[in-house]
Amino acid sequence: MKRLLVIALVVVLALLPVLSAGNVTFATTVYAKMLAVLGIFLLLQAGQVSFGHGMYFAAGAYTAAYMGQAMGGADILLLLLAVIAISGLSGLIVGLFVSRYRYIFFAMLNLAFSMAVFALLEKLFHLTGGTDGLRVPRPTLLGESFSRAQFDIVIYYFSFIMVVLGSLGIWLYLRSPLGQALKAVKVNETRLEYIGLSANRTILIAYVFSAVLAGIGGLAFGLQQGLAVPELTFWTRSGEFVFIAVLGGVGNVIGVFAGTVVFQAVRFVAAALLDDAWQLILGIVLIGIILVVPAGLIGLPARLMELGRAIRKRRFLAGREQE
Amino acid sequence: MDSTLALIALLDGVSYASLLFLVAVGLTLIFGVLGVLNVAHGSFYAIGAYMAVTLGRWLVANDWNPWLTFPALLIAAIATGVVLGGLMERFLLRRIYTKDPVLQLLITFAVFMILENMQRMVWGVQPYFMSTPLQLLGNISVLGINYTAYQVVFLPIMALLTLLGLRLFLRHTLAGARITAVTQDREAATAMGIDARAVYFTTFMIGACLAAMGGALAAPTTSVVPGMGAQMIVLSFAVAAAAGLGNIEGALVTALLIGIARSFAIYLFPEVEILVPYLIMVLVLLWRPMGLFGMPEARKI
Repeated sequence: MKRLLVIALVVVLALLPVLSAGNVTFATTVYAKMLAVLGIFLLLQAGQVSFGHGMYFAAGAYTAAYMGQAMGGADILLLLLAVIAISGLSGLIVGLFVSRYRYIFFAMLNLAFSMAVFALLEKLFHLTGGTDGLRVPRPTLLGESFSRAQFDIVIYYFSFIMVVLGSLGIWLYLRSPLGQALKAVKVNETRLEYIGLSANRTILIAYVFSAVLAGIGGLAFGLQQGLAVPELTFWTRSGEFVFIAVLGGVGNVIGVFAGTVVFQAVRFVAAALLDDAWQLILGIVLIGIILVVPAGLIGLPARLMELGRAIRKRRFLAGREQE
Repeated sequence: MDSTLALIALLDGVSYASLLFLVAVGLTLIFGVLGVLNVAHGSFYAIGAYMAVTLGRWLVANDWNPWLTFPALLIAAIATGVVLGGLMERFLLRRIYTKDPVLQLLITFAVFMILENMQRMVWGVQPYFMSTPLQLLGNISVLGINYTAYQVVFLPIMALLTLLGLRLFLRHTLAGARITAVTQDREAATAMGIDARAVYFTTFMIGACLAAMGGALAAPTTSVVPGMGAQMIVLSFAVAAAAGLGNIEGALVTALLIGIARSFAIYLFPEVEILVPYLIMVLVLLWRPMGLFGMPEARKI
């Protein structure tokens, strides 16, 4: 049943450009962010959060900008390979350091790295274009070049396929021994070590994966927006990814999708109505979720049922007392 | 780099380190007692600065004696710390001490987002200046170099007073002994009749006041702009983590280390100045994962 629903969802989304052409841009943004959130989601399985994945997101977009400008519009698949290599490698380097830490240190060290990247992108403006960022030239696909309207469809399918592959990859990853070990880090790290598996290594592998996912997300985002800006690695961006992952719930990949759609939709509406208070609302909702529905959107039905049961029970008991 | 420039860099570094220490010591104190890393600490710093500027400018504009801007800095800081810190502990943190450390971190991150937004709504995005205290104290000559007395005398004295005050308070007063006891072992302390909740509440307010104090004292030396909170939380974390989270005296040493290294980098390698604090933190942590003065924790099975 669950599987059928997922397949139906994938089919509907694959047909989206035909079904509702107006929502293609919106959906592409959702996919781009969702890729980064998938990375955060993976680390959350080990109980770790990173406040710095914006730096890999930015790495994806800036790679597209540099390569595109150097080659006069590179091929998307070539860009994809380059982004995987660059975000994977930088994830490995940073990961070698941060994977030795957990919880607060893990989160804050990632934040520190991304703030450093942000500052450099802003400061070295003769290389990075400073705050204005760099233009990302429209790429080709297998030698084919596109008009703006055609390219919207191309980038839609590109990010859609990436999301499907990424989700499948994570699904398989979490079922593999590596994934089980990752979950064990959260439950009891010492026992994991006693089995003979290195907890740091387990985290490192997941970290590199998550960096690559965020990098691909950044690539899709940069290509769609046509711009790579330092803001992509600002702390609010990384915070957003963590926020969406917690909003959706750490239970399964569908939660990530639901979380991103809801987040983007609310943001879209709220930005039009009260742009100034956007962060404020985000913060309040985040606190609300953690205090009331720790399992996220995916746990909302169960939580509502639980609350309903509690209320009915109280009514029942109150009724008996009156008798 | 000649010796004059080196001396200027040194003085810059000391004055900057004093502010860094005030903020970092609040962060480390809260972590030591509550076990929570308060990301909203950066906001306390920023809002303390905005409050100080607002109050100071109001005093000056209404022809009060300009010397009153000094107590105004302190009042702004304490008001900010007590109100924001008190509300945050009482209504939010108190509910989450038993939760996952990641969720605790997220809650303080959410508060940070809320406060940053509110700060932008109240004060807008334009920079604010209030250099009255800086001008009042005038310049002082250090080995032939003119420097503002506010930065090379007043700020370091405030930092040292804070350190001494905290030491005296924690080691020689009853309230301080309570805090130390709860830090060591909350259960045993509670069994002795110490109200751990009250201790958490007071400690959090003191920590918040220290952050706001850092902001208020920084206000006369720079322009107060949005985004200063985000930068400060990372910097003060770098200081606290390099010293070993929870270590008060160590924070002074690492604040000086990072402050002075940064100001030398401004003169020598201006483009990468921003990287220096992080670089120092990373190097220290690679060498000693628990920080320079931190104790390794026993493994819990």
